[in-house]
Amino acid sequence: MSEVKFSKEHEWITLEGDVATIGITKHATEMLGDIVFAELPEKGTNVEKDGTAGVVESTKAASDVYTPVSGEVVDTNQAIVDDPSKINEDPEGSAWFFKLKMKDQSEMDSLMNKEEYDKFAKESAS
Amino acid sequence: MEIKKTSLNKLHQTNNAKFVEFAGYEMPIQYNKGIIEEHKFTRSHSGIFDVSHMGQLFIYGDHNLTEELEKIFPLDLKNLKQNSSKYSFLMNEEAGIYDDLIITKIEKGYLIILNAACKDKDFEILSNILGNKFKMNLDNNKSLIALQGPKSVEILNSIINGVDQLNFMTGKWFDSDNQKLFVTRSGYTGEDGFEISISNDGAEKFVQNLIEKGAQLTGLGARDTLRLEAGLCLYGHELDINKTPVEANLKWAISKSRLSNGGFIGSEKIMNQMQNGANQIRVGIKPEGRLIAREKTKIFNDVDTQIGEITSGTFGPSVNGPIAMGYVDKDFSKVDTKILLEVRGKKYPANICALPFYKKNYAKGVN
Repeated sequence: MSEVKFSKEHEWITLEGDVATIGITKHATEMLGDIVFAELPEKGTNVEKDGTAGVVESTKAASDVYTPVSGEVVDTNQAIVDDPSKINEDPEGSAWFFKLKMKDQSEMDSLMNKEEYDKFAKESAS
Repeated sequence: MEIKKTSLNKLHQTNNAKFVEFAGYEMPIQYNKGIIEEHKFTRSHSGIFDVSHMGQLFIYGDHNLTEELEKIFPLDLKNLKQNSSKYSFLMNEEAGIYDDLIITKIEKGYLIILNAACKDKDFEILSNILGNKFKMNLDNNKSLIALQGPKSVEILNSIINGVDQLNFMTGKWFDSDNQKLFVTRSGYTGEDGFEISISNDGAEKFVQNLIEKGAQLTGLGARDTLRLEAGLCLYGHELDINKTPVEANLKWAISKSRLSNGGFIGSEKIMNQMQNGANQIRVGIKPEGRLIAREKTKIFNDVDTQIGEITSGTFGPSVNGPIAMGYVDKDFSKVDTKILLEVRGKKYPANICALPFYKKNYAKGVN
Protein backbone atom coordinates (compact mmCIF):
# COMPACT_ATOMS: atom_id res chain seq x y z
CA MET A 1 0.00 0.00 0.00
CA SER A 2 1.22 3.49 -0.81
CA GLU A 3 2.16 6.23 1.57
CA VAL A 4 -0.86 8.11 2.98
CA LYS A 5 -1.45 11.41 1.19
CA PHE A 6 -3.64 14.32 2.22
CA SER A 7 -5.72 17.04 0.57
CA LYS A 8 -6.36 20.65 1.56
CA GLU A 9 -10.00 19.69 2.08
CA HIS A 10 -8.84 17.37 4.87
CA GLU A 11 -9.23 14.02 3.14
CA TRP A 12 -6.68 11.24 3.36
CA ILE A 13 -6.00 8.77 0.56
CA THR A 14 -4.02 5.56 0.12
CA LEU A 15 -3.44 3.62 -3.06
CA GLU A 16 -3.32 -0.15 -3.55
CA GLY A 17 -2.87 -1.14 -7.19
CA ASP A 18 -5.15 1.30 -8.97
CA VAL A 19 -7.73 1.42 -6.18
CA ALA A 20 -7.63 4.43 -3.83
CA THR A 21 -9.21 4.43 -0.36
CA ILE A 22 -10.41 7.82 0.84
CA GLY A 23 -11.59 9.14 4.18
CA ILE A 24 -11.52 12.33 6.25
CA THR A 25 -8.68 13.20 8.59
CA LYS A 26 -8.65 13.14 12.37
CA HIS A 27 -8.10 16.89 12.26
CA ALA A 28 -11.30 17.25 10.20
CA THR A 29 -13.31 15.23 12.70
CA GLU A 30 -11.97 17.34 15.55
CA MET A 31 -13.12 20.48 13.78
CA LEU A 32 -16.52 19.01 12.94
CA GLY A 33 -17.31 17.61 16.38
CA ASP A 34 -19.67 14.67 16.85
CA ILE A 35 -20.60 13.31 13.44
CA VAL A 36 -24.20 12.14 13.25
CA PHE A 37 -24.81 11.65 9.53
CA ALA A 38 -22.81 10.47 6.53
CA GLU A 39 -23.81 10.26 2.89
CA LEU A 40 -21.56 8.48 0.39
CA PRO A 41 -21.43 8.40 -3.41
CA GLU A 42 -23.17 5.53 -5.16
CA LYS A 43 -21.16 2.61 -6.44
CA GLY A 44 -20.52 2.85 -10.15
CA THR A 45 -20.59 6.64 -10.33
CA ASN A 46 -17.63 8.60 -11.61
CA VAL A 47 -16.30 11.40 -9.47
CA GLU A 48 -13.94 14.17 -10.51
CA LYS A 49 -10.90 15.41 -8.60
CA ASP A 50 -11.91 18.13 -6.09
CA GLY A 51 -15.62 17.48 -6.74
CA THR A 52 -18.09 16.65 -3.98
CA ALA A 53 -18.41 12.96 -3.18
CA GLY A 54 -20.43 12.88 0.02
CA VAL A 55 -21.64 14.76 3.04
CA VAL A 56 -20.96 14.58 6.74
CA GLU A 57 -23.05 16.32 9.35
CA SER A 58 -22.27 17.09 12.95
CA THR A 59 -24.84 18.24 15.48
CA LYS A 60 -23.91 21.77 14.38
CA ALA A 61 -23.63 21.78 10.58
CA ALA A 62 -23.36 19.92 7.28
CA SER A 63 -20.07 19.73 5.36
CA ASP A 64 -19.30 18.41 1.90
CA VAL A 65 -16.76 15.64 1.46
CA TYR A 66 -14.56 16.08 -1.61
CA THR A 67 -12.57 13.55 -3.53
CA PRO A 68 -8.90 14.40 -3.91
CA VAL A 69 -8.61 12.30 -7.12
CA SER A 70 -10.85 11.25 -10.05
CA GLY A 71 -12.20 7.77 -10.59
CA GLU A 72 -15.05 5.31 -10.47
CA VAL A 73 -16.58 4.49 -7.09
CA VAL A 74 -16.03 0.75 -6.57
CA ASP A 75 -16.89 0.43 -2.88
CA THR A 76 -18.42 2.45 -0.03
CA ASN A 77 -18.30 1.94 3.73
CA GLN A 78 -21.88 1.22 4.81
CA ALA A 79 -20.74 0.83 8.45
CA ILE A 80 -20.19 4.61 8.80
CA VAL A 81 -23.59 5.35 7.27
CA ASP A 82 -25.25 3.03 9.79
CA ASP A 83 -23.22 4.39 12.72
CA PRO A 84 -21.62 7.76 11.89
CA SER A 85 -20.00 7.98 15.35
CA LYS A 86 -17.43 5.48 14.02
CA ILE A 87 -15.98 8.35 12.00
CA ASN A 88 -15.01 10.17 15.19
CA GLU A 89 -13.65 6.97 16.71
CA ASP A 90 -11.32 5.84 13.92
CA PRO A 91 -11.31 8.40 11.10
CA GLU A 92 -8.01 7.37 9.52
CA GLY A 93 -8.58 3.63 9.86
CA SER A 94 -11.78 1.58 9.80
CA ALA A 95 -13.97 4.62 9.07
CA TRP A 96 -12.86 5.06 5.44
CA PHE A 97 -15.53 6.59 3.17
CA PHE A 98 -15.18 5.16 -0.35
CA LYS A 99 -12.83 3.40 -2.75
CA LEU A 100 -12.12 4.65 -6.26
CA LYS A 101 -10.66 2.95 -9.29
CA MET A 102 -8.26 5.68 -10.35
CA LYS A 103 -7.91 6.86 -13.92
CA ASP A 104 -4.77 8.92 -13.57
CA GLN A 105 -2.43 8.01 -10.74
CA SER A 106 -0.35 11.14 -11.29
CA GLU A 107 -3.16 13.01 -9.51
CA MET A 108 -1.59 11.66 -6.30
CA ASP A 109 1.55 13.70 -6.90
CA SER A 110 0.09 17.09 -6.02
CA LEU A 111 -1.22 15.90 -2.64
CA MET A 112 0.54 16.50 0.67
CA ASN A 113 2.49 13.96 2.69
CA LYS A 114 1.84 13.58 6.43
CA GLU A 115 4.39 16.15 7.51
CA GLU A 116 3.13 18.74 5.03
CA TYR A 117 -0.48 18.10 5.97
CA ASP A 118 0.14 18.35 9.72
CA LYS A 119 1.76 21.73 9.14
CA PHE A 120 -1.10 22.82 6.86
CA ALA A 121 -3.76 21.67 9.36
CA LYS A 122 -2.04 23.47 12.20
CA GLU A 123 -1.83 26.70 10.21
CA SER A 124 -5.39 26.53 8.88
CA ALA A 125 -6.76 25.90 12.38
CA SER A 126 -5.23 29.04 13.84
CA MET B 1 -18.23 46.48 17.59
CA GLU B 2 -16.04 44.72 20.08
CA ILE B 3 -17.20 41.27 21.08
CA LYS B 4 -18.67 41.11 24.58
CA LYS B 5 -17.59 38.58 27.19
CA THR B 6 -19.42 37.22 30.19
CA SER B 7 -17.91 37.09 33.67
CA LEU B 8 -17.21 33.38 33.09
CA ASN B 9 -15.15 33.84 29.93
CA LYS B 10 -11.85 33.02 31.64
CA LEU B 11 -13.32 29.92 33.21
CA HIS B 12 -14.56 28.78 29.79
CA GLN B 13 -11.07 29.24 28.39
CA THR B 14 -9.50 27.29 31.22
CA ASN B 15 -11.91 24.48 30.43
CA ASN B 16 -10.93 24.42 26.73
CA ALA B 17 -14.16 25.86 25.40
CA LYS B 18 -14.62 26.24 21.66
CA PHE B 19 -16.08 29.70 21.25
CA VAL B 20 -18.62 31.11 18.83
CA GLU B 21 -20.08 34.57 18.53
CA PHE B 22 -23.67 34.59 19.67
CA ALA B 23 -25.71 37.80 19.85
CA GLY B 24 -22.52 39.85 20.10
CA TYR B 25 -21.03 37.69 22.86
CA GLU B 26 -18.14 35.25 22.80
CA MET B 27 -19.87 32.12 24.08
CA PRO B 28 -18.78 28.48 24.49
CA ILE B 29 -20.39 26.19 21.93
CA GLN B 30 -18.81 23.12 23.52
CA TYR B 31 -15.96 21.98 25.75
CA ASN B 32 -13.59 19.00 25.43
CA LYS B 33 -16.13 16.21 25.57
CA GLY B 34 -18.31 17.50 22.77
CA ILE B 35 -21.96 18.28 22.28
CA ILE B 36 -23.35 14.74 22.52
CA GLU B 37 -21.54 13.90 25.78
CA GLU B 38 -22.52 17.24 27.29
CA HIS B 39 -26.11 16.70 26.21
CA LYS B 40 -26.25 13.22 27.74
CA PHE B 41 -24.56 14.34 30.93
CA THR B 42 -27.22 17.02 31.39
CA ARG B 43 -29.98 14.43 30.90
CA SER B 44 -28.41 11.99 33.38
CA HIS B 45 -26.56 14.27 35.84
CA SER B 46 -26.27 18.04 35.84
CA GLY B 47 -25.08 20.53 33.24
CA ILE B 48 -23.94 24.09 33.93
CA PHE B 49 -24.83 26.67 31.29
CA ASP B 50 -23.52 30.21 31.17
CA VAL B 51 -26.53 32.19 30.02
CA SER B 52 -25.21 35.54 31.26
CA HIS B 53 -25.65 37.01 27.81
CA MET B 54 -29.39 36.97 28.42
CA GLY B 55 -31.03 40.11 29.73
CA GLN B 56 -32.11 40.44 33.37
CA LEU B 57 -34.61 43.26 33.49
CA PHE B 58 -35.81 44.35 36.90
CA ILE B 59 -38.87 46.63 36.92
CA TYR B 60 -40.04 48.12 40.20
CA GLY B 61 -43.21 50.04 40.93
CA ASP B 62 -46.52 50.14 42.79
CA HIS B 63 -49.77 48.34 41.91
CA ASN B 64 -50.02 50.46 38.76
CA LEU B 65 -47.07 48.49 37.38
CA THR B 66 -49.08 45.27 37.26
CA GLU B 67 -51.87 47.10 35.48
CA GLU B 68 -49.48 48.59 32.94
CA LEU B 69 -47.74 45.28 32.30
CA GLU B 70 -51.09 43.59 31.68
CA LYS B 71 -51.54 46.01 28.78
CA ILE B 72 -48.36 44.51 27.31
CA PHE B 73 -48.27 40.82 28.24
CA PRO B 74 -51.10 38.29 27.71
CA LEU B 75 -50.91 37.22 31.34
CA ASP B 76 -53.12 37.39 34.41
CA LEU B 77 -50.47 39.19 36.44
CA LYS B 78 -52.94 40.41 39.08
CA ASN B 79 -53.51 36.84 40.17
CA LEU B 80 -49.91 35.76 39.74
CA LYS B 81 -48.46 34.93 43.14
CA GLN B 82 -45.29 36.59 44.26
CA ASN B 83 -42.26 34.42 43.37
CA SER B 84 -44.15 32.72 40.53
CA SER B 85 -42.89 32.76 36.95
CA LYS B 86 -44.65 32.67 33.59
CA TYR B 87 -43.45 32.18 30.04
CA SER B 88 -44.68 35.00 27.81
CA PHE B 89 -44.00 37.28 24.83
CA LEU B 90 -43.41 40.86 23.94
CA MET B 91 -45.53 41.47 20.82
CA ASN B 92 -46.42 44.19 18.35
CA GLU B 93 -50.00 45.18 17.43
CA GLU B 94 -50.13 42.34 14.90
CA ALA B 95 -49.13 39.87 17.63
CA GLY B 96 -45.75 39.44 15.93
CA ILE B 97 -43.21 38.35 18.52
CA TYR B 98 -40.41 40.77 19.45
CA ASP B 99 -39.13 38.34 22.05
CA ASP B 100 -40.12 35.43 24.23
CA LEU B 101 -39.35 35.74 27.93
CA ILE B 102 -39.84 34.54 31.47
CA ILE B 103 -41.45 37.00 33.89
CA THR B 104 -41.36 36.48 37.65
CA LYS B 105 -43.31 38.49 40.20
CA ILE B 106 -40.88 39.66 42.88
CA GLU B 107 -41.22 41.94 45.86
CA LYS B 108 -42.27 45.39 44.60
CA GLY B 109 -41.92 44.44 40.96
CA TYR B 110 -40.99 41.96 38.27
CA LEU B 111 -37.90 40.26 36.92
CA ILE B 112 -38.00 39.57 33.19
CA ILE B 113 -35.43 37.30 31.51
CA LEU B 114 -34.92 38.34 27.88
CA ASN B 115 -33.04 36.86 24.93
CA ALA B 116 -29.55 38.23 24.40
CA ALA B 117 -30.13 39.31 20.83
CA CYS B 118 -33.36 41.12 21.73
CA LYS B 119 -32.71 42.60 25.16
CA ASP B 120 -31.65 46.12 24.17
CA LYS B 121 -34.53 46.52 21.75
CA ASP B 122 -36.95 45.04 24.33
CA PHE B 123 -35.74 47.59 26.86
CA GLU B 124 -36.33 50.39 24.38
CA ILE B 125 -39.82 49.12 23.52
CA LEU B 126 -40.79 48.69 27.16
CA SER B 127 -39.34 52.09 28.11
CA ASN B 128 -41.36 53.73 25.35
CA ILE B 129 -44.56 52.09 26.56
CA LEU B 130 -44.03 52.48 30.29
CA GLY B 131 -42.46 55.96 30.16
CA ASN B 132 -40.51 56.85 33.27
CA LYS B 133 -43.19 55.91 35.78
CA PHE B 134 -41.29 52.86 36.97
CA LYS B 135 -37.72 52.04 37.83
CA MET B 136 -36.27 49.82 35.10
CA ASN B 137 -32.85 48.22 35.28
CA LEU B 138 -31.41 45.96 32.60
CA ASP B 139 -28.80 44.68 35.01
CA ASN B 140 -25.38 44.13 33.43
CA ASN B 141 -23.73 43.57 36.78
CA LYS B 142 -25.35 40.17 37.16
CA SER B 143 -24.51 36.84 35.58
CA LEU B 144 -27.07 34.13 34.91
CA ILE B 145 -26.21 30.47 35.39
CA ALA B 146 -28.53 27.63 34.45
CA LEU B 147 -28.08 24.29 36.20
CA GLN B 148 -30.06 21.56 34.46
CA GLY B 149 -30.59 17.86 34.92
CA PRO B 150 -31.77 15.36 37.54
CA LYS B 151 -28.81 15.83 39.92
CA SER B 152 -29.11 19.62 39.91
CA VAL B 153 -31.39 19.87 42.92
CA GLU B 154 -29.04 17.87 45.13
CA ILE B 155 -25.97 19.77 43.93
CA LEU B 156 -27.48 23.24 44.24
CA ASN B 157 -29.12 22.51 47.57
CA SER B 158 -25.73 21.60 49.02
CA ILE B 159 -24.58 25.14 48.16
CA ILE B 160 -27.80 27.12 48.63
CA ASN B 161 -29.84 25.42 51.29
CA GLY B 162 -33.58 25.52 50.61
CA VAL B 163 -33.69 25.57 46.84
CA ASP B 164 -35.11 22.04 46.93
CA GLN B 165 -38.30 23.57 48.34
CA LEU B 166 -38.95 25.63 45.20
CA ASN B 167 -41.76 24.44 42.96
CA PHE B 168 -41.31 24.43 39.21
CA MET B 169 -41.68 27.94 37.75
CA THR B 170 -41.19 29.72 41.04
CA GLY B 171 -38.22 31.66 42.32
CA LYS B 172 -36.98 33.82 45.16
CA TRP B 173 -33.99 35.50 46.76
CA PHE B 174 -31.53 33.37 48.71
CA ASP B 175 -28.48 34.26 50.76
CA SER B 176 -25.35 32.29 50.10
CA ASP B 177 -21.71 33.07 50.87
CA ASN B 178 -22.72 36.63 51.87
CA GLN B 179 -24.38 37.19 48.51
CA LYS B 180 -27.97 37.69 47.47
CA LEU B 181 -28.89 35.29 44.68
CA PHE B 182 -32.18 35.08 42.84
CA VAL B 183 -32.93 31.44 42.10
CA THR B 184 -35.80 30.16 39.95
CA ARG B 185 -36.68 26.54 39.38
CA SER B 186 -36.87 26.59 35.61
CA GLY B 187 -34.86 26.05 32.51
CA TYR B 188 -34.95 25.29 28.86
CA THR B 189 -33.76 21.74 28.45
CA GLY B 190 -36.78 19.62 29.39
CA GLU B 191 -35.06 18.70 32.67
CA ASP B 192 -35.57 19.72 36.24
CA GLY B 193 -33.24 22.56 37.05
CA PHE B 194 -32.55 26.09 38.16
CA GLU B 195 -31.51 29.47 36.91
CA ILE B 196 -29.35 31.45 39.28
CA SER B 197 -28.86 35.19 39.04
CA ILE B 198 -25.62 36.15 40.76
CA SER B 199 -23.32 39.18 40.82
CA ASN B 200 -20.58 39.10 38.16
CA ASP B 201 -17.98 39.17 40.94
CA GLY B 202 -19.28 36.00 42.52
CA ALA B 203 -20.12 34.01 39.38
CA GLU B 204 -16.80 32.26 38.74
CA LYS B 205 -16.38 31.03 42.30
CA PHE B 206 -19.97 29.85 42.33
CA VAL B 207 -19.54 27.85 39.12
CA GLN B 208 -16.24 26.37 40.37
CA ASN B 209 -18.19 25.20 43.37
CA LEU B 210 -20.84 23.58 41.16
CA ILE B 211 -18.09 21.78 39.21
CA GLU B 212 -16.54 20.51 42.45
CA LYS B 213 -19.93 19.10 43.45
CA GLY B 214 -20.10 17.12 40.20
CA ALA B 215 -21.87 19.35 37.68
CA GLN B 216 -20.26 19.83 34.27
CA LEU B 217 -19.87 22.85 32.01
CA THR B 218 -22.12 22.56 28.97
CA GLY B 219 -22.02 24.72 25.86
CA LEU B 220 -24.61 26.34 23.65
CA GLY B 221 -24.41 23.41 21.23
CA ALA B 222 -25.90 21.01 23.76
CA ARG B 223 -28.30 23.69 24.96
CA ASP B 224 -29.68 23.73 21.42
CA THR B 225 -30.04 19.94 21.07
CA LEU B 226 -31.59 19.76 24.56
CA ARG B 227 -34.18 22.47 23.94
CA LEU B 228 -35.04 21.04 20.53
CA GLU B 229 -35.63 17.57 21.99
CA ALA B 230 -37.85 19.24 24.59
CA GLY B 231 -39.83 20.91 21.77
CA LEU B 232 -38.96 24.41 22.99
CA CYS B 233 -38.77 27.43 20.68
CA LEU B 234 -35.63 29.44 20.04
CA TYR B 235 -36.04 33.08 19.15
CA GLY B 236 -34.80 33.86 15.64
CA HIS B 237 -35.70 30.33 14.55
CA GLU B 238 -39.19 29.25 15.62
CA LEU B 239 -40.13 32.74 16.74
CA ASP B 240 -39.76 36.13 15.11
CA ILE B 241 -41.67 39.31 14.34
CA ASN B 242 -43.64 37.56 11.57
CA LYS B 243 -44.95 34.78 13.82
CA THR B 244 -47.68 34.96 16.43
CA PRO B 245 -47.98 32.86 19.62
CA VAL B 246 -51.00 31.06 18.11
CA GLU B 247 -49.03 30.15 14.98
CA ALA B 248 -46.14 29.06 17.19
CA ASN B 249 -48.52 26.67 18.96
CA LEU B 250 -47.94 28.47 22.25
CA LYS B 251 -51.59 29.15 23.07
CA TRP B 252 -51.04 27.54 26.47
CA ALA B 253 -48.87 30.50 27.47
CA ILE B 254 -51.72 32.97 27.06
CA SER B 255 -53.79 33.33 30.24
CA LYS B 256 -57.37 32.20 29.62
CA SER B 257 -58.80 35.12 31.57
CA ARG B 258 -57.14 37.55 29.15
CA LEU B 259 -58.65 35.99 26.06
CA SER B 260 -62.21 37.14 26.71
CA ASN B 261 -61.49 40.83 27.18
CA GLY B 262 -58.15 41.32 25.47
CA GLY B 263 -56.63 44.70 26.23
CA PHE B 264 -53.02 43.70 25.63
CA ILE B 265 -50.88 44.59 22.64
CA GLY B 266 -51.75 42.20 19.82
CA SER B 267 -54.89 40.91 21.53
CA GLU B 268 -57.19 41.46 18.55
CA LYS B 269 -55.05 39.33 16.26
CA ILE B 270 -54.62 36.68 18.94
CA MET B 271 -58.36 36.47 19.65
CA ASN B 272 -59.09 36.29 15.93
CA GLN B 273 -56.59 33.48 15.42
CA MET B 274 -57.86 31.63 18.48
CA GLN B 275 -61.34 31.62 16.94
CA ASN B 276 -60.54 31.07 13.30
CA GLY B 277 -57.24 29.24 13.56
CA ALA B 278 -53.93 30.24 12.01
CA ASN B 279 -52.92 29.32 8.47
CA GLN B 280 -49.51 28.07 9.48
CA ILE B 281 -48.62 26.26 12.65
CA ARG B 282 -45.46 25.08 14.36
CA VAL B 283 -45.07 21.30 14.44
CA GLY B 284 -42.56 18.62 15.36
CA ILE B 285 -40.99 16.73 12.45
CA LYS B 286 -39.14 13.44 12.38
CA PRO B 287 -37.22 12.63 9.21
CA GLU B 288 -37.15 8.93 8.37
CA GLY B 289 -33.75 7.28 8.67
CA ARG B 290 -30.80 9.41 9.74
CA LEU B 291 -31.34 12.41 7.47
CA ILE B 292 -30.87 15.78 9.13
CA ALA B 293 -33.05 18.60 7.83
CA ARG B 294 -31.79 21.96 8.99
CA GLU B 295 -33.27 25.43 9.18
CA LYS B 296 -34.77 26.69 5.87
CA THR B 297 -35.31 23.15 4.51
CA LYS B 298 -38.44 23.25 2.35
CA ILE B 299 -41.35 21.00 3.28
CA PHE B 300 -43.58 19.48 0.56
CA ASN B 301 -46.75 17.41 0.47
CA ASP B 302 -47.02 14.25 -1.64
CA VAL B 303 -48.08 16.17 -4.75
CA ASP B 304 -45.01 18.41 -4.69
CA THR B 305 -46.59 21.58 -3.33
CA GLN B 306 -44.51 23.42 -0.77
CA ILE B 307 -46.40 23.48 2.51
CA GLY B 308 -43.83 24.88 4.89
CA GLU B 309 -40.26 25.26 6.09
CA ILE B 310 -38.03 23.88 8.84
CA THR B 311 -36.97 26.36 11.53
CA SER B 312 -34.57 24.13 13.53
CA GLY B 313 -33.23 20.69 12.84
CA THR B 314 -30.45 18.56 14.22
CA PHE B 315 -29.61 15.14 15.63
CA GLY B 316 -31.24 14.47 19.00
CA PRO B 317 -28.71 12.57 21.13
CA SER B 318 -31.31 11.24 23.61
CA VAL B 319 -33.84 10.48 20.89
CA ASN B 320 -30.93 8.91 18.96
CA GLY B 321 -32.19 10.21 15.66
CA PRO B 322 -32.83 13.33 13.63
CA ILE B 323 -35.46 15.80 14.86
CA ALA B 324 -36.78 19.11 13.61
CA MET B 325 -39.40 21.77 14.12
CA GLY B 326 -40.98 23.92 11.48
CA TYR B 327 -44.10 25.61 10.22
CA VAL B 328 -46.61 23.88 7.91
CA ASP B 329 -50.02 24.77 6.49
CA LYS B 330 -52.63 23.89 9.07
CA ASP B 331 -54.10 21.15 6.82
CA PHE B 332 -50.85 19.22 7.15
CA SER B 333 -50.23 19.79 10.85
CA LYS B 334 -51.82 16.60 12.21
CA VAL B 335 -49.55 14.09 13.90
CA ASP B 336 -48.48 11.26 11.55
CA THR B 337 -49.04 13.31 8.38
CA LYS B 338 -46.50 12.20 5.79
CA ILE B 339 -44.40 15.01 4.34
CA LEU B 340 -41.30 15.37 2.16
CA LEU B 341 -38.17 17.36 2.99
CA GLU B 342 -35.94 18.76 0.27
CA VAL B 343 -32.30 18.32 1.26
CA ARG B 344 -29.44 18.88 -1.22
CA GLY B 345 -31.89 18.80 -4.13
CA LYS B 346 -33.56 15.50 -3.23
CA LYS B 347 -36.81 14.85 -1.42
CA TYR B 348 -36.85 12.60 1.64
CA PRO B 349 -39.81 11.26 3.63
CA ALA B 350 -40.63 12.55 7.11
CA ASN B 351 -43.56 12.60 9.52
CA ILE B 352 -45.28 15.25 11.56
CA CYS B 353 -44.96 14.17 15.17
CA ALA B 354 -46.01 15.22 18.65
CA LEU B 355 -43.83 17.51 20.76
CA PRO B 356 -41.77 17.13 22.84
CA PHE B 357 -39.49 14.54 21.24
CA TYR B 358 -38.08 13.82 24.65
CA LYS B 359 -40.41 13.51 27.60
CA LYS B 360 -40.10 16.17 30.26
CA ASN B 361 -38.79 15.35 33.65
CA TYR B 362 -39.75 18.48 35.55
CA ALA B 363 -39.97 18.81 39.30
CA LYS B 364 -43.10 18.83 41.40
CA GLY B 365 -45.69 21.54 41.01
CA VAL B 366 -45.82 21.40 37.23
CA ASN B 367 -48.76 23.48 36.01
